[in-house]
Amino acid sequence: MKYIVALLLTCLLAFALSLYLPWYAIAIAAFVVAACIHQTPFKAFSAGFVGIFFLWTVVSFYLNWQNKSLLSTKMANLFPLDGEGFGLLVIAALIGGIVGGTAALTGSYFRRMLN
Amino acid sequence: MKWISFSISALVLAALIYALDRPWGAIPALGKLLSPQHGFWQNAESYDKDWSNTYQFNHLNGKVEVLLDERMVPHIFAEHDEDAYFVQGYLHAQFRLWQMEFQIYAASGRLSEILGFGNDSLYLKVDLGMRRLGMVYAAEQALKEMESDPASKLMLDNYTAGFNAYVQHLQWKDLPLEYKLLNYTPEKWTNLKSAIFLKMISYDLTARDNDIEYTNLLKTLGPDMFEKMYPVTSDSLDPIIPKGTFFEKSPIDLSVPAHIHDSTHAWGVLLEKEMTEPHPGNGSNNWAVSGSRTASGKPILCDDPHLGMNLPALWFEIQIKTPQQNVYGVSFPGAPGVIIGFNDSISWGVTNGSRDVRDYYKIHFEDQTRQKYWYNGELRNTTQRPEKITGKNGQVYIDTVDYTHFGPVARQLFQGAKDKVYAEYAVRWKAHDPSNELKAFYMLNRAKNYDEYLTAIRNFKTPVQNFVFASATNDIAIWQQGEYPAKWRRQGDFLMDGKDSTYEWRGMIPETQNPHQKNPARGFVSSANQYPTDTTYPYYLGGDHPPYRGKIINFYLSDMNGVTVEDMMYLQNQNYNYYAELAVPVLINHLNRDYLDEKGWKYFEMIRIWNRKNDPEEKGATIFTIWAKKFRELTYADELAKVPDPKRMPYENIHIEAILKDTNYLFLDDITTEVKEGLSDIVTRAFIETTEVLEKMENENKGSLAWYQYNNASVNHLLKLPVFSYNKLYTGGGVHIINAVSGNHGPSWRMIVHMTDPVEAYGIYPGGQVGNPGSKFYDQFINDWAAGRYYKLLFLKEADGTHPAVKFKQTFSK
Repeated sequence: MKYIVALLLTCLLAFALSLYLPWYAIAIAAFVVAACIHQTPFKAFSAGFVGIFFLWTVVSFYLNWQNKSLLSTKMANLFPLDGEGFGLLVIAALIGGIVGGTAALTGSYFRRMLN
Repeated sequence: MKWISFSISALVLAALIYALDRPWGAIPALGKLLSPQHGFWQNAESYDKDWSNTYQFNHLNGKVEVLLDERMVPHIFAEHDEDAYFVQGYLHAQFRLWQMEFQIYAASGRLSEILGFGNDSLYLKVDLGMRRLGMVYAAEQALKEMESDPASKLMLDNYTAGFNAYVQHLQWKDLPLEYKLLNYTPEKWTNLKSAIFLKMISYDLTARDNDIEYTNLLKTLGPDMFEKMYPVTSDSLDPIIPKGTFFEKSPIDLSVPAHIHDSTHAWGVLLEKEMTEPHPGNGSNNWAVSGSRTASGKPILCDDPHLGMNLPALWFEIQIKTPQQNVYGVSFPGAPGVIIGFNDSISWGVTNGSRDVRDYYKIHFEDQTRQKYWYNGELRNTTQRPEKITGKNGQVYIDTVDYTHFGPVARQLFQGAKDKVYAEYAVRWKAHDPSNELKAFYMLNRAKNYDEYLTAIRNFKTPVQNFVFASATNDIAIWQQGEYPAKWRRQGDFLMDGKDSTYEWRGMIPETQNPHQKNPARGFVSSANQYPTDTTYPYYLGGDHPPYRGKIINFYLSDMNGVTVEDMMYLQNQNYNYYAELAVPVLINHLNRDYLDEKGWKYFEMIRIWNRKNDPEEKGATIFTIWAKKFRELTYADELAKVPDPKRMPYENIHIEAILKDTNYLFLDDITTEVKEGLSDIVTRAFIETTEVLEKMENENKGSLAWYQYNNASVNHLLKLPVFSYNKLYTGGGVHIINAVSGNHGPSWRMIVHMTDPVEAYGIYPGGQVGNPGSKFYDQFINDWAAGRYYKLLFLKEADGTHPAVKFKQTFSK
């Protein structure tokens, strides 16, 4: 339960902060949530990773759908992805996930350090 | 020990963010680019995006309504004239922000700042070229003029404010995609930037010259050979102002200095070609047909400027209505007003005059400090202007440009090749003289009749343009407008000596003597960059003037009566190849068929039955183009072999017309062989080489020799990114053809205006109004353009938001 809450909170907080702050706001969100909700470092990492991965996937999926894959196809040709827009979407979400996970891990260690 | 795991984890996180927040070589800043709420996904514009909005700006004096039609053309309705320019600046930024800035970076020699110095310092060299040519200096001179005039100052001030109002509150996520790819942010606009933009257009239209090439050719070949290969006039010329027109004598002494050739011979100087050079085909067609020849009895005006075809496009369609004007046409994202277009009363369009208004003078400096130079036996001071070029990663290159009374010392070898620097050349470029071209457009946008048109264009000094005109009151006219130096024969075709005032420009041609024509008996006026007059015009013009497009246009127009808009669409898209009409019989008749193998006969048959039109599927057009080029190369390559680079070959028309006149043309013989070659030998040799190329093409192109494959009509993104570009468009045309599509170059805007009441107008350009590659509007017009289709232009009298073509409405108020 805690895990799901942490995951969803990371997701929501990251979304909200990203409206006003640069892209690395996702790290702040994951860090804060992991620092507040006590979990094992592994679970914290996982919640942060999945939370951001999920957020980035949903948002880009929605934007891509509205855009009928017009730009993602072009961008996936710019990167060596052979026009596979969804490939780019997944790679992006993975990068976001790693940053989110690492930030959550740091948050979790931060909490442990204070205790 | 808990702090250790925290520290390691925190360090990894910091490193990750650092790494993803900046570009690494060619890899963009991935975090900033891929984040869905910040990066490129934000540019993935919804197909259902609502462009309607309301804005409030203190700068405005009243209300402005902007109706956006289904092609995203804004129709601006402003209560106050000045507000319209504010909104134009705002809209240009809203639709074309990145392009506007990029053009300024390129024109002012600042590309290195966003692209880096480049491989082999490519961008640095390009930037240096622009700095040494004094592009910003030229813009500063123009800006003084523009800001001293209340009308043009009002346009610029409001346009700049409008751009800045848009950019002011932009966040990273709102920026055009290219900023995210290159990792930089927009700057503020200034009036100077609009001036720089207009100078870029001058550069595009006047900065291609042959001075260095011709000097090399003259020096090596000698005056006799040179005159034979590069004659000033062409027999086939059908000038803009028909032959036989009377011209007044020149009030300026145009006698040729006695030792002209000696001076060029004396120097052992051979400079490198410039890094960048405008496209050789930067020309255009325009014409106006009088009501006496149209079905409706009202004039029809046509214009199609041939320029680089890029995305985002050079042009942006717009309508501007204020209490003082109601004008529709294409504008430049970068400058206020409408450049080519029409209003209720008149229409106008431009082609390039292609005169030579840029010459070079050898500067004799007193010493290495370059602070003084010799002129008429005395020393004069230079003004030294430091130029600092900053690279993307902060590297700095400092250059000093020396300004003489001619202009900046623009030509010298790039540093690093110092041992090759023999001499330095100052450029005398008409674009450095103060002038206010914007005023011409300001007045044209409002002009009601011929007299107001004439008053308007008199403000236009450079680049030299053929302004075609038609009015609702049934006047048609054309003026080759500009302020040109009055030159003696061949002045400025070669590098000249800067220590002797004899070689300087002696004055400007009185503007009333500019070639012009109003309501001629033949019922039409036209221009297509050909030489404007016959040889009785007292001044020498210089420059390159391709004759064939003009000839075909006049040929068709002379034959047309009861002209309709559809006829004009047909003519603008005409692919008839007059050059082929002259050259194909020569090629076919003089080909020695004993040498033909099976393949050779196949290709020969293809060109024999070809209809002389460069339509997309025509294989004959491909064969002809390659064969004719080889033929020309084989004719001159041997004579030109000893001429050092840069040089250039005689043009197609000179070559073919000389041979038509004399089949024993002097240059046909290959001087590198013992035997004497004749026409048949060279034609046959060229054909054999052509078949080799054709065979290779067939193997690579899946058997296709179709003209559109070879001609490769393309519309390229300004960064040359293939994924944002379009090539091998299915369309015809070519060099020397009315439909002047050739590679990345061609009719950048086709316009037809019928001066009925209300005005009926059609237009199209290869692009789309929205510059964002993630928008469905980005490439909206390209396929229709390639197919030769037109859009009926929506010219609204009132802000009628209920019109079925109107899709969105933006309201601006105080």
